[in-house]
Amino acid sequence: MNPTRTLATTGRVLTQIRHDPRTVVLLLVVPSLLIGLVAWIFTDTPVFQTIGPAILALFPFIVMFLVTSITTLRERRTGTLERLLSMPLGRGDFILGYTLAFGLLAIVQALLASAYALWVCGLDVKGDPWLLVAVAVADAVLGSTLGLFASAFARTEFQVVQFMPLLVFPQILLGGIFLPRDQLPAGLKEISDWLPLSHAVDALNAVATDSHDAAYIGGQLLIIGAFALAAVILGALTLQRRTA
Amino acid sequence: MMNSPDAAEPAVVIEALRVRRGRTDVLHGLDLRIPRGQVVGLLGPSGCGKTTLMRAIVGVQKVKSGTVAVLGQPAGSAALRHRIGYVTQAASVYDDLTIRQNLDYFRRVLGAGRVDVERAIEATDLSDHARRLVSSLSGGQRSRVSLAAALLGSPDLLVLDEPTVGLDPLLRVELWDLFHRLADAGTSLLISSHVMDEASRCDRLILMREGAVLADATPDELLAETGAADAEGAFLALLRRRHARHALPGDDGAAADVEEEAR
Repeated sequence: MNPTRTLATTGRVLTQIRHDPRTVVLLLVVPSLLIGLVAWIFTDTPVFQTIGPAILALFPFIVMFLVTSITTLRERRTGTLERLLSMPLGRGDFILGYTLAFGLLAIVQALLASAYALWVCGLDVKGDPWLLVAVAVADAVLGSTLGLFASAFARTEFQVVQFMPLLVFPQILLGGIFLPRDQLPAGLKEISDWLPLSHAVDALNAVATDSHDAAYIGGQLLIIGAFALAAVILGALTLQRRTA
Repeated sequence: MMNSPDAAEPAVVIEALRVRRGRTDVLHGLDLRIPRGQVVGLLGPSGCGKTTLMRAIVGVQKVKSGTVAVLGQPAGSAALRHRIGYVTQAASVYDDLTIRQNLDYFRRVLGAGRVDVERAIEATDLSDHARRLVSSLSGGQRSRVSLAAALLGSPDLLVLDEPTVGLDPLLRVELWDLFHRLADAGTSLLISSHVMDEASRCDRLILMREGAVLADATPDELLAETGAADAEGAFLALLRRRHARHALPGDDGAAADVEEEAR
């Protein structure tokens, strides 16, 4: 790998996105809109205070998964990936370049969504709000790395969109939003321990209720980071220079 | 140039190359040598294996057996990635970047200098559009951007898959002039086309059909050998000869004979 080529790739991806203002607006505004909707649905009930933090993890994760998987799939389909792989670009440069670009977008997105949830929707956070942002960012980065990975197994945009329910929905269902994880039936609880989104939701709840110290949240962040790293490595392995 | 001993050595040496895509054999035991510093045309109907052969040379094609050596090294080796420019049939550039932004990115990946971008833009006659988004360009302009990207970093071997399709005649002539200038400067070029009238512009021709090489000769040799007036006629003559022989029962070596004759 080579930092110049990685950063050149990041810059290129960001320039591409800059030329598409509609995507930028959707990327930055949609999570806040949805969080606002959830808050509105549960006005006059304590539900938003309970699931609000988890929702904050969810939307950046889903949006980033979709955007990344489709952009990289497009790159595979238009032949630009083949061109790049016939050039001296490392597979790691490619994946890391994308991860950095979408990671930067994820930071802005998570900042906006967190600010909106805290100040506009009145989400009550007892812990350090910056930890909330940190978890949301880690989650968005995880979404984009999983999206990169998923795009390797899809040939068309239709297929890649189907990976969303396959890879993302089980994590949402088992992550503790619908039912706290310790109340899940035996078996499912153990499975949910192995899903990265569960750890993100745990961390966000811990920040919101200030029930754990920063070390616990750091530990959860590390777990999310490990999943993201694994997805990056697997994603790089699926980028074959030679194809059939 | 620097390493004169291998100057005489071919740019590409292919031995017994077999490629299977899905359940069909695309190339079955192909042998080929592509000389250095020449414009070599790869002609044949669509589906005959031209693109697969080019992909094998660039090193992005999975091959079943056989060897492909490019500039003295196995195809696909890391050291070759700086030395080969490859243009795929569909323009492989980013729609949502301007021409200059596209070239600037590929230049950085190659580690080439900034001047290369201007040189490539000029060579492909895109100076007037350099700030336009690729998505707003015509098909011909897009393929020129793709070609410009392949010229970056002055590669030793250019593999161009139908680079002149859909271009206006004047520009086509200019591009062929550019190809010959590059060849004169020592670059080896392999250019595929299904337009037979481009054959006369090549230093050497490889005619392909159904995954095999029908002929590998200079245009003049080919015409003299077949007695045809143009490349199209020569191609037809070779095909007729081959099929007539095939029709004879028990004559299994016929195809190989024709290939020998055509050389």
